[in-house]
Amino acid sequence: MARKYREIGKAGWGYTAITSVVGFVYFFPVLWIILTAFKTRTDALAVPPKLFFTPTLDNFQSVFFRASITTGTSQATDMGLYFFNSIFIAFTSVGLALIVGTLAAYAFSRYPLRGNDTYLFIILTTRMMPPIVVIIPIFLMFRLSGLAGSYWGIILLYTAFNIPFSVWLVKSFFDELNPEIEDAARMDGASERRVFFRFCIPQILAGLSATFVFGLILTWNEFLFALLLTGVETRTVPVAMARTLGGEVGVDYGLLAAIVTLFLIPIFFVTFLLQNQLLRGVTFGTVKK
Amino acid sequence: MADAAGRQGGFGAWLLDPKRRGALLVTPAITILFVMNIFPLLWSFGLSFFNYRANRLNVPSFRGLSNYERVLTDDKVWERFQTTAIIVGSSVLLQLIIGFLLALLFAKEFPLRRIVLMLVLTPMMLSFVSVGVFFKLFYEPTFGIVSYVMNMFTDDAFVTLATPAGAIAGIVIADAWMWSPFVMLLVLAGLVSVPKYLYEAAEIDRASAWRRFWTITFPYIKSLLLLAILFRTIETFKLFDIVYIITEGGPGSSTETIAVFLYRNAFQFFKTSQSSALAYIVLFIVIVLTNLYLYAVNRRAQETG
Repeated sequence: MARKYREIGKAGWGYTAITSVVGFVYFFPVLWIILTAFKTRTDALAVPPKLFFTPTLDNFQSVFFRASITTGTSQATDMGLYFFNSIFIAFTSVGLALIVGTLAAYAFSRYPLRGNDTYLFIILTTRMMPPIVVIIPIFLMFRLSGLAGSYWGIILLYTAFNIPFSVWLVKSFFDELNPEIEDAARMDGASERRVFFRFCIPQILAGLSATFVFGLILTWNEFLFALLLTGVETRTVPVAMARTLGGEVGVDYGLLAAIVTLFLIPIFFVTFLLQNQLLRGVTFGTVKK
Repeated sequence: MADAAGRQGGFGAWLLDPKRRGALLVTPAITILFVMNIFPLLWSFGLSFFNYRANRLNVPSFRGLSNYERVLTDDKVWERFQTTAIIVGSSVLLQLIIGFLLALLFAKEFPLRRIVLMLVLTPMMLSFVSVGVFFKLFYEPTFGIVSYVMNMFTDDAFVTLATPAGAIAGIVIADAWMWSPFVMLLVLAGLVSVPKYLYEAAEIDRASAWRRFWTITFPYIKSLLLLAILFRTIETFKLFDIVYIITEGGPGSSTETIAVFLYRNAFQFFKTSQSSALAYIVLFIVIVLTNLYLYAVNRRAQETG
């Protein structure tokens, strides 16, 4: 038909329909969790499982307010604080790891040190260790240094866990760039700082956004370290989630689903915002060989 | 370059000396890693030679290599390694296949792509705790949706997690479901970076889709694909939360991964030193595997480059 106008890599609404079906199937378990957040306790555990039911907002209310048994009045829970903690800790540590990791990645890519590969390898190794292995010494270290239960302790720890990923990913983006442009800029008298900030960074912005989102996703839900190293004031949402599991009457699926749903919103939003950067902008190197 | 550095003057010039630039830029990253990771690693390395138990107060005594000896001669440890290998292998393979297919599906531009893509990306934003709890609910024989669907085909109650194979499948599906989008994103980043004129040229040459894929697409996604395999293997090797919540290592010990085994030994039985020794054996294995992998990557890069 209109073959000569067909652009490669473009598809129409029919394609949207196909991908929507696939997407919806993939999304179904999440949808189920979100639906559960609107269910009463009996609906959540109905046999057979219910897809249609009368929705209720009770679960969302009990995330932030719980009825006091003695007085009958509702009492605020600390969940608001935990949401703030999660957001603050995750964004700060991923941001820090990205800055520090980008600098290191630039060095590994452009100014190889003696034993460059060894450093990269050691950095990678720190990421491979099952966290359980280092948790005892880290726990002791945090207790001795007073970092336990503080924001800085957990932020630095998460930063450390994000650095290997940031370094390796950002290095791969730097490696894709054509150094000829940088050399040309240097010939024109641009300082090293200018080369870095005006020529290299803008070209890998999409890559940096991607690294940021990846790091955020990996940090957002970290549980084990948060469980052991955060205090009452710095507790994050995943820890609070786990604490709802221990009731005498079994898991309150509705309440848990409500927390999960609310906790999904910020990261979903960030990913959605950076998605364009993430996908459209990833075209490395302006003068590709 | 010399005059660029000279313009800074004084300490700045010394710091920005091209000879030191690499080291200077790497320093912050290495410092944080040293304090937060390498130092604790060395600490637990020390512990692995003593008979330290975190729940006792008595002064630990030096035991030399006996912890390593005990761990290496333990048949249970080898079983746990096998379990871990099976789970890691099948999960990463599944993630690669699903992630790759999803990437091919989403490589095109189409209306509402941003929104449809979010449907696929969401699973990896969930916490392990919630995925574990809800997949356990899905697999649950009475209330679970998996059993409900399966009961339409069989008359017997469908208990996913009752057999070792079923339990492993249950864990692998939950983990692969969560992390395939991650592989998809990396592959997609590679796919998008392929210059369009190459495809246009291929279209003019009437190259087959298969040939187009191997000669044009694959070279662009290769490095990112390998990176995806590497990171997913490392992450899955540490798989703990999901296993612990869905099966608690059961039935029997059929799904007890090395991470769960370590956790039990360290925090339930308080064999602190013995688990440190085991941890080092794990680390050693992973280092060897990673080395082999990096060697393969480098060699391939030299062959093609």
